[in-house]
Amino acid sequence: MKILVGVKRVVDAYIKVRIKADNSAVDVEKLKMVVNPFCEIAIEEALRLKEKGIATEVVAVSVGPDSCKEQLRTALALGADRAIHIATEEITQPLAIAKLFNAMVEKEKPGLVIFGKQSIDGDNNQTGQMLAALSGMPQGTFASELAFEGGEVIVTREIDSGLQKVALKLPAVITADLRLNEPRYVSLPNLMKAKRKPIESISVADLGIDISPRLSTISVQNPPVRSAGEKLGNVDELIDKLKTEGAI
Amino acid sequence: MSILVIAEHNNEELQAATANVLSAAKVLAQKADCKISLLIAGYNCSSVAESACAIDGINEVLLADCPALEKQLPENLAPYLVELVNEKSFTYLMAPSTTTAKNSLPRIAALLDVAQISDVIDIVNTDTFVHPIYAGNALETVKSGDVVKVMTVRTSAFDAASLTGGTALVEKLKDAVDLGVSRFISETVVESDRPELSNARIVISGGRGMQSADNFKMLEAVADKLGAAIGASRAAVDAGYVANDMQVGQTGKIVAPDLYIAVGISGAIQHLAGMKDSKIIVAINKDEDAPIFNVADYGLVADLFEVLPELESKL
Repeated sequence: MKILVGVKRVVDAYIKVRIKADNSAVDVEKLKMVVNPFCEIAIEEALRLKEKGIATEVVAVSVGPDSCKEQLRTALALGADRAIHIATEEITQPLAIAKLFNAMVEKEKPGLVIFGKQSIDGDNNQTGQMLAALSGMPQGTFASELAFEGGEVIVTREIDSGLQKVALKLPAVITADLRLNEPRYVSLPNLMKAKRKPIESISVADLGIDISPRLSTISVQNPPVRSAGEKLGNVDELIDKLKTEGAI
Repeated sequence: MSILVIAEHNNEELQAATANVLSAAKVLAQKADCKISLLIAGYNCSSVAESACAIDGINEVLLADCPALEKQLPENLAPYLVELVNEKSFTYLMAPSTTTAKNSLPRIAALLDVAQISDVIDIVNTDTFVHPIYAGNALETVKSGDVVKVMTVRTSAFDAASLTGGTALVEKLKDAVDLGVSRFISETVVESDRPELSNARIVISGGRGMQSADNFKMLEAVADKLGAAIGASRAAVDAGYVANDMQVGQTGKIVAPDLYIAVGISGAIQHLAGMKDSKIIVAINKDEDAPIFNVADYGLVADLFEVLPELESKL
């Protein structure tokens, strides 16, 4: 079984981003860029499935400008067999990305596609579900455990009220939640080996898919600032304050 | 123009998130001068539909009651919803940002070939909406050019609408088809007498500073005195102290209670994203430089193992 894994280039989670002076967008220039943490979990899961003999090949796929190759290189260094870069300089929204991935699904015919449940920039939580829709595959979102039995994948899903188990016919789309696994680190020998692994580049124009954004950004603003209040001396003062405010 | 709201329910009763998304729908309905329909999709859920008729401001209650929709599996629900939206020419599809809707709504949007706007916190006008990005560190205003505007609504951003005072009628819809590609196996639901985390008036959360699962009992004792829900930071969940359904933050639940008490929580960006819209924030932490104090209305620089028992006895 072949696995496609989505890899997104995002600003490092530990950086607090700033908004451009003209309020047109978040300023990401010159910031440290990394693999989206949820995509790291997706890559890790694919690698483990290969190590268990369930998967035969892991293909990392990323959509975006040339700089995305850096994150694909990371995926290769982690252990992916090859990578596909879908090249575009345009802003791509989840629906567009799902359409591009759907073209890769038709080309590669994977048994499983694994995404992170959301990217930490847009926080949209849409792409996996949208690909599942377009490809007609069932979906196991917010996955914390996968098991394979008789042509099905049993997915344990993290839901608001606890955990849910569903069985999905393969091929299927999975989106990874935090507890699916703990991603490994890149080792130096694997980093060297990754340099020889292939990254195939495909241009969006060649795929003939319309990726024009459906949502236009009017503005990006700072959220209301919360200022630090007062430090209290003891529990009695705290209870007193909360009672005065009617909070308790 | 017309709005279809997907109700959150468990086949027995409406869940609180429905009241919040309805409140957002009413704001939109006023701006767009249009009507609101509420969909109850499930199995053996007619009593939910009957109770929904009493909600003020609803034009009709649509009931899709069939085995294929029992657990709202998105594989069955999405094509059914697409047909419904097209048949009745809905121009807006809204649902709360719960794991149920976050699972299904993008699938429906993609089949409709439209974008989804995730986590709407403000409705500017009939096609323009505000939603947070980058863990709430930026608020993006987007304009949708799609014929059908699909959105999830952040429940903490809209007060709960009244669920009484209305006299809508139920329209029973046809059955959905089970496509047979997905199957529900089981659910492990955490039963608790405490209020639901997402809608509680008071939330008390513990972080890595709690040091163990056992120590969360101290938090529970205070929560019981306050009638509060219990939350946790991702650090506490990752450390295995509590289950993930208690996680507050960018990747967990987003809450905005009247009172949020953060105990032994340092205040990482990802945690703040889940609670910084709370009305009053209290931070209890022995590290006086913890970033949580930068957003707290009241801070107590103290050892939580001394503070919690004292709080319990004095409340």
